[in-house]
Amino acid sequence: MSEVVMESEAPGMKGVVDDWARDKQVFGVPWGKAMMWIFLLSDTFIFSCFLVGYMSVRTATIDPWPNPSEVFGLTVFGQSVPLLLIAIMTFVLITSSGTMALAVNMGYRKDKNKTFWLMVATAALGATFVSMQAFEWTKLIMEGVRPWENPFGAAQFGSSFFMITGFHGMHVTAGVIYLLVIAFRVRRGYYDTHGGGNYEIVEIAGLYWHFVDLVWVFIFAFFYLW
Amino acid sequence: MAEGQQHPLKIYWIMWGALFVLSAFSYWTDFWDDGPIRTAAILTFMMLKAGGIVWIFMHMGWERLALKTAILLPPVVILVLIWLMAVEGIYVEDTRIEYYGESTFEPQEPTHH
Repeated sequence: MSEVVMESEAPGMKGVVDDWARDKQVFGVPWGKAMMWIFLLSDTFIFSCFLVGYMSVRTATIDPWPNPSEVFGLTVFGQSVPLLLIAIMTFVLITSSGTMALAVNMGYRKDKNKTFWLMVATAALGATFVSMQAFEWTKLIMEGVRPWENPFGAAQFGSSFFMITGFHGMHVTAGVIYLLVIAFRVRRGYYDTHGGGNYEIVEIAGLYWHFVDLVWVFIFAFFYLW
Repeated sequence: MAEGQQHPLKIYWIMWGALFVLSAFSYWTDFWDDGPIRTAAILTFMMLKAGGIVWIFMHMGWERLALKTAILLPPVVILVLIWLMAVEGIYVEDTRIEYYGESTFEPQEPTHH
């Protein structure tokens, strides 16, 4: 690339036009980060389609919709607490988002040890989340919830539930593996000699992880609370 | 940004705390009576949490507008899909009631173990 073309520093719409119209790469970020953002954009559309489909079948059914607050309730010391498991899962995922944000920061400080342990903690919290989801699925399946029927109300409840939480859980599982791979590479100093000697890769992995948390925010609101 | 997204740790602690508080509020709405206020509260807490995650944790707030617009504007068209599918859903429900009558489904109460 020619050095003659300067990066634009112009703010606002002038900057947008500059970035797209100049004879240079549009986004002033590492290519891996731009590609992760574009992947996440496409993933946004996938999850949106699931949630909109869920809205559509929930609106269209004439059978009563099961009350998620009761279906996902737990009995603790003889007392029924609504939506307890889901609330705990939400806090587990938020905690993991915090440890991930700190890992990214430590990555930029080139503190390999702290970055490694914070990423491992994030992955462990993610694994905890998936385990709780497995428990939730088991509980519901034993109570007779199926993708095609359930004893509590409209059949579409089961299909939406397994589809949406299943796809999200798959993302979390993939994220746990992804984070562990990057974490172990960070620890053995792989990125000192690869990828330009910086730790942008931790931020890119972090973007994916925060996105998984982000999707859960919407699932929690629309599927569990609505 | 050539130097990357390096920010003071304090920002992350504040955002982390805010997410906990907002999630607690979200969960709290589950104990409220159904109605427009509860719906508005669910959506408000959801958008605040989502905004905080994208803006602070994912560093979108510090990116240039070209990246912000490229990533954040396209999802807005999903609103059109939501509108179309809501109209469709209501229509399908109406025709079902018209042809099949009201639901005869007798739901069981969920039991807890």
